[in-house]
Amino acid sequence: MRTIPAKLITETVTKLCMEANYFLGNDVLQALKDAKDKEESPVGRELLEQCIVNAQIAKEDEVPICQDTGFAVFFVELGDQVLVDGNLTQAITEGVRKGYQEGFLRKSIVEDPLRRKNTGDNTPPVIWVDVVPGDRLKIVIAPKGGGSENMSEVKMLKPSDGEKGVKDFVVDRVKRSGSNPCPPVIVGVGIGGTYDKCAWLSKKALLREIGSKHPDPYYAAMEDELLKRINDLGIGPQGLGGRTTALAVFIEAHPCHIASLPAAVNIQCHAARHKGAVL
Amino acid sequence: MPFFLLPFSFYIQNFLKFSQTESNLNANVKRITTPLTDQVVESLKAGDNVLVSGVIYSARDAAHKRLVDLIDKGEPLPLDIKGQIIYFMGPSPAKPGQAIGSAGPTTSYRMDAYSPTLHAHGLKGSIGKGTRDSEVVESMKKYKAVYFAATGGAAALISKSIKKAEIIAYEDLGAEAIRRLEVVDFPCIVAQDCYGGNLYQTGVEQYRRG
Repeated sequence: MRTIPAKLITETVTKLCMEANYFLGNDVLQALKDAKDKEESPVGRELLEQCIVNAQIAKEDEVPICQDTGFAVFFVELGDQVLVDGNLTQAITEGVRKGYQEGFLRKSIVEDPLRRKNTGDNTPPVIWVDVVPGDRLKIVIAPKGGGSENMSEVKMLKPSDGEKGVKDFVVDRVKRSGSNPCPPVIVGVGIGGTYDKCAWLSKKALLREIGSKHPDPYYAAMEDELLKRINDLGIGPQGLGGRTTALAVFIEAHPCHIASLPAAVNIQCHAARHKGAVL
Repeated sequence: MPFFLLPFSFYIQNFLKFSQTESNLNANVKRITTPLTDQVVESLKAGDNVLVSGVIYSARDAAHKRLVDLIDKGEPLPLDIKGQIIYFMGPSPAKPGQAIGSAGPTTSYRMDAYSPTLHAHGLKGSIGKGTRDSEVVESMKKYKAVYFAATGGAAALISKSIKKAEIIAYEDLGAEAIRRLEVVDFPCIVAQDCYGGNLYQTGVEQYRRG
């Protein structure tokens, strides 16, 4: 067994919270630049240029790309040969508290969904832990803004709805979202599993690097087709019209019940932030 | 008709570098100063690029609910909204030396339930992101008001046009408190005008395929 002190986890998470919110990934930045070159709408080109300039300012000044620094969502891979000296959940939570305070990040979490008092430190985070073979601990933070999260949906389709049913649902979900989720968006799609697993898959899909191909040619082709259909909607940057509605579509599929065909869409705005570390 | 002779970002980058130099602007960029008169509102059409200067106020979900609750009870508001613009925004905390933290717009439809009441009480404009519903559109026509889109997610860039920020009400709401913002050349686009013009509709129709 390999021991990892809780303090190291907290320190790592503190840093990840800030870096994820200040520094837009190179893949996203490149995708915005490519989109700007191809965008037919002059308004759209301008808005994409603003996003690119914004990312440069955020990086240079070390300030948040977007004021909505999100719900702190974590995807953790815990090696089965790792012993955390302390409590993993507490260590991550403390890292969020420190990172959002020390990094001048916005506190956007209310302690009760109906009574809505702000917790004041952006805790608690959402933490998903997978136990995997090995002696490493991988922590990925994906701060998730409210505007794009609000445009997400899970639908329990019938197996007979098939591929067409899933594809139509995804395109329709983006269409109905229109200008709200800060397009150009990244579309995370979960197919299969259970109701809950499917939603999780659609969020996990958003961690993929833009430009990467799905390993399964069947889904790789489906991603290409969906991206084209979505960009043909004309929604464009900020929903003001244009050819760039989505930068990417990422699909995660999973075995499912003989009676079910769950499908989920998790919409991510162009401030697509995630940052990881391996301890 | 072309929207731009020169890219809008050219002006934005220039005002960041050289402050305000009139010569950088052409006729397709309109500069307006708050408070807004009916005449100014009537001059703005969906698709216009606008640089706003003067004082604007930030408020989002929770503050709107409180303002409209006060109006419903017949009590005075903590600010005079006549002729003013409300910016749907809750900033990140300012770093030392900053006037305000990152300060991009939030999604406007969540304020649709409140905006008609505020328009009826003299509010002339709002800045946010995303389309407004038909009741807001009707109240914009009736009371001569305008809706601007700022670029969602361009929060670090937008913060550069905010020179001063102070909380004037509802400090307990944190990021959602009402702030008085002094802005110079705040960049936005007229998304929905007082005639029912709607760039969200016409823009998408123009680029839809199939």
